[in-house]
Amino acid sequence: MSRKPMKDPLDLLDLSSTLTEEEREIQATVARFLADRVRPHIAEWFENAHFARELAPELGKLGVLGMHLEGYGCAGTNAVSYGLACLELEAADSGFRSFVSVQGSLSMFSIWKWGSEEQKQEWLPRLAAGEAIGCFGLTEPDFGSNPSGMRTRAVRDGDDWILNGSKMWITNGGIADVATVWAQTEDGVRGFLVPRGTPGFTTQDIKQKMSLRASITSELYFDNVRLPDSARLPLAEGLRGPLSCLNEARFGILFGAVGAARDCIQTAIEYADSRVQFDKPISAFQLTQKKLADMSVSLSSAALIAVHLGRLKDQHRIRPEQISVGKLNNVREAIAIARECRTVLGANGISLEYSPLRHANNLESVLTYEGTSEMHTLVVGQALTGQPAFR
Amino acid sequence: MNIVVLVKQVPDTGAERTLSQADHTLDREDADLVLDEINERAAEEALRLKETADAHITVVSMGPDSALDAIRKVLAMGGDRGIHVCDDRLHGADVLTTAKVLAAAVRTVTDVDLVLAGNATTDGQASAVPAVVADLLALPQLTQVRKLDVAEGRVRAERETENGEATLDAPLPALVSVTEKINEPRYPSFKGIMAAKKKPVDTVDLDDLFPDAAAFPVTRTRVVEAVPRPPRAAGTRIADDGSAGRQLAAYLIAQKLV
Amino acid sequence: MPHVLVLVDHDGDRVNKSTYELLAAARRLGDPAAVVVGTPGTAARLGRSLARHGATSVHAAESTEAAEFLVTPAVDALELAVRETSPAAVLVSATTDGREAAARLAARLDAGLLIDAVDLDSSGVVTQIVFGGSYTVRSQATHGIPVITVRPGAFEPEEHPGEAVERTLTLPGVDPGTSARITARRAAPAGDRPGLTEATVVVSGGRGVGGTDGFKVVEELADALGGAVGASRAAVDAGYYPHQFQVGQTGKSVSAQLYIALGISGAIQHLAGMQTSKTIVAVNKDPEAPILDLADYSVVGDLFEVAPQLTQEVAARRTGS
Repeated sequence: MSRKPMKDPLDLLDLSSTLTEEEREIQATVARFLADRVRPHIAEWFENAHFARELAPELGKLGVLGMHLEGYGCAGTNAVSYGLACLELEAADSGFRSFVSVQGSLSMFSIWKWGSEEQKQEWLPRLAAGEAIGCFGLTEPDFGSNPSGMRTRAVRDGDDWILNGSKMWITNGGIADVATVWAQTEDGVRGFLVPRGTPGFTTQDIKQKMSLRASITSELYFDNVRLPDSARLPLAEGLRGPLSCLNEARFGILFGAVGAARDCIQTAIEYADSRVQFDKPISAFQLTQKKLADMSVSLSSAALIAVHLGRLKDQHRIRPEQISVGKLNNVREAIAIARECRTVLGANGISLEYSPLRHANNLESVLTYEGTSEMHTLVVGQALTGQPAFR
Repeated sequence: MNIVVLVKQVPDTGAERTLSQADHTLDREDADLVLDEINERAAEEALRLKETADAHITVVSMGPDSALDAIRKVLAMGGDRGIHVCDDRLHGADVLTTAKVLAAAVRTVTDVDLVLAGNATTDGQASAVPAVVADLLALPQLTQVRKLDVAEGRVRAERETENGEATLDAPLPALVSVTEKINEPRYPSFKGIMAAKKKPVDTVDLDDLFPDAAAFPVTRTRVVEAVPRPPRAAGTRIADDGSAGRQLAAYLIAQKLV
Repeated sequence: MPHVLVLVDHDGDRVNKSTYELLAAARRLGDPAAVVVGTPGTAARLGRSLARHGATSVHAAESTEAAEFLVTPAVDALELAVRETSPAAVLVSATTDGREAAARLAARLDAGLLIDAVDLDSSGVVTQIVFGGSYTVRSQATHGIPVITVRPGAFEPEEHPGEAVERTLTLPGVDPGTSARITARRAAPAGDRPGLTEATVVVSGGRGVGGTDGFKVVEELADALGGAVGASRAAVDAGYYPHQFQVGQTGKSVSAQLYIALGISGAIQHLAGMQTSKTIVAVNKDPEAPILDLADYSVVGDLFEVAPQLTQEVAARRTGS
């Protein structure tokens, strides 16, 4: 038995043996890009609340943006590969994974799935290349878990639409070149593509965040914004439109959480190996080992759930409640792991030199966005009992 | 233009390297193997030439089954085809045999204009393999290159060594080995990774390359003894009495570090 | 006694110190025969100092174009000398040019190539230090005339005055289709340091350096050693040195042959980025600084006294005075 610490706690169950060579190469490529371009700076960016927008074209070149979509300059990988990319992105920082999720699974997916051919041609190649940035406006200041109550409204005016209202907690909002905005109309919920600079469309970035500091979160305002009917996503009717996009994004999140947790455990194992107290590394103490073992067991099961759901998605038979199982479990476990890893690092754990507390803080957002833990619990509850208990 | 890039898989530099007890060769099973970083820059240089001129890139690697990963990586970056020399008899090959095999593999490619390689690999090879390949193929060697221009049938290069810099000039065909300063290699794109699966890779063995493979030895040297150096012991500690700098210099000289 | 060929490193007027080291090493195996490749008249200029360091013969491989082509003339000359003298071994300095010439020669001779020897015994067994210093290996050639590259600095030059016989080797003309022409040469630009993660030597400064000006001492030592400059987070945070040079948890990780920490206390974050270095040297005023416990060689003292003295010693050794 080697006396050297394990480098990757996912090797405990040899997770990579369940992946194809192509999936492993894509994962390794993302990991290396992040090691070179993001990891050396992430603590500083987090501290200074800086989003490195200049990396968007590089992520585009790699093929990360909208990678699981076909055509229009997208790479067209399978779902597991997309999940693994999210895993590595979130292992670096949830802010980067959030950027990629919103760009690919919310903005691009909404256009790809519900848009006209003209809308796809206009936006998808630029969004895939990272030359344009997209955002997605569903949540409002007063409507989070209950989007059907949204107040943003679009009203017909001749051939045009007049859009009024606001959206809150919008990742990429302040830098987006195009926003997918969901609004009530007299026919129900509809989606619109609102380009940056459209008169009456303004944004305000949210300051003083304690979480996702290396990513931009904004509020969107629509004050009599006039849009042609060609701005409407023609195929989206009702809440099914935005909710289908959220399922895409949640799928990335349930992989991403595994990445954040893995990074925390790696950090903790490495630290415990080098930190000497009472004349031996703290990794040699039973209490530390119990923490590391428990965390790695729960990490392993989270990872297996993620890969299993990825395979179901690639067979086109994944159901929303299955994604809820993954998001609920994986984010809940990840945040617990991040906090526990912080304790392994002692006082050093509160420094941005080490990742666990940064991950823990980021995961506070991840726990809530794209469906809160509570909502996912009720989705699973409904699947088990047949009884909706949302209201 | 036909370009051949020589690449090699090496243990990840972060990993600890060990020698096998049995035959004192590098224990490759114990380490994560990756495409050698400097080789990646050689591949990048080939890809840049391909962007400006019509070029076909053949990637050649000698090594066990896993060397295929290094070839695929360069194909994912944009290379066109691979030649994988894989033969158990090459286990423990010395610099000369390695160079002979690589040269033989290059000869199987028709009308080669340029052979590109890294100037050294990080796993202990002598940084001399490219020079030997050039000698065997009767090509001008432009080695340790930090800047490269290929135009009008000639290659011009800036060589950098501990002795300073030199400008080199030679006609094509030629062999160039690059240093880590020459470029920043691209990352393979996802599309490239998926496309690489469909690109041809020929696997050849010694009998395919040499009429009489048994005629040359695999190695011309023998390790008599390999001893792991002792782990860090409690060090020497001195207080400066005005001569600590000199004492320190003497220590570094004794350790052959200066 | 058999001949042992030694390829002479020179600048046209002076023999490099590494050649005297080769001559000392060669004497363990036989009579050192120096091979001088250069423009006409070079061997005559260098012969006396070669003889003083033990060369019993000097083989002059001279032509007007010998210095105009890369490596090939040296390989041609050594090959000729081997055919003429049937030596016990060929010794070449383990410089870049030397390694390339030696390997090409070995290929032409189909002979065993022994790389980077730090020691050598009379039976031709060499000692090498491999894998970043983690193994000491002893090896020998099993085929042909051993071609050995010797690490500069591994042997001490020895004076062994005698008479050297002069011989002439007639170099073949160089085929410009198979050799690269050197059209210009320049000295390495000053201040051109290796990258932190690739450097075999790293000299780092910490808070104890005291300021931007203080880092000159760190840089001078790094330059004398041909190494890279690093900094601890404390030094970077204090604005003494730019962030891209930070070594440690959030900076770069280095695994150097030699890591010299000047005025660095050794916080765990810093150690995480450098403790895999093979030899660690620390200089710190504070006898309680944790890095002193980790170092292979530690000095309790003022870095502004110790480092310049070390720089001077190293520089003196490098110039061979």
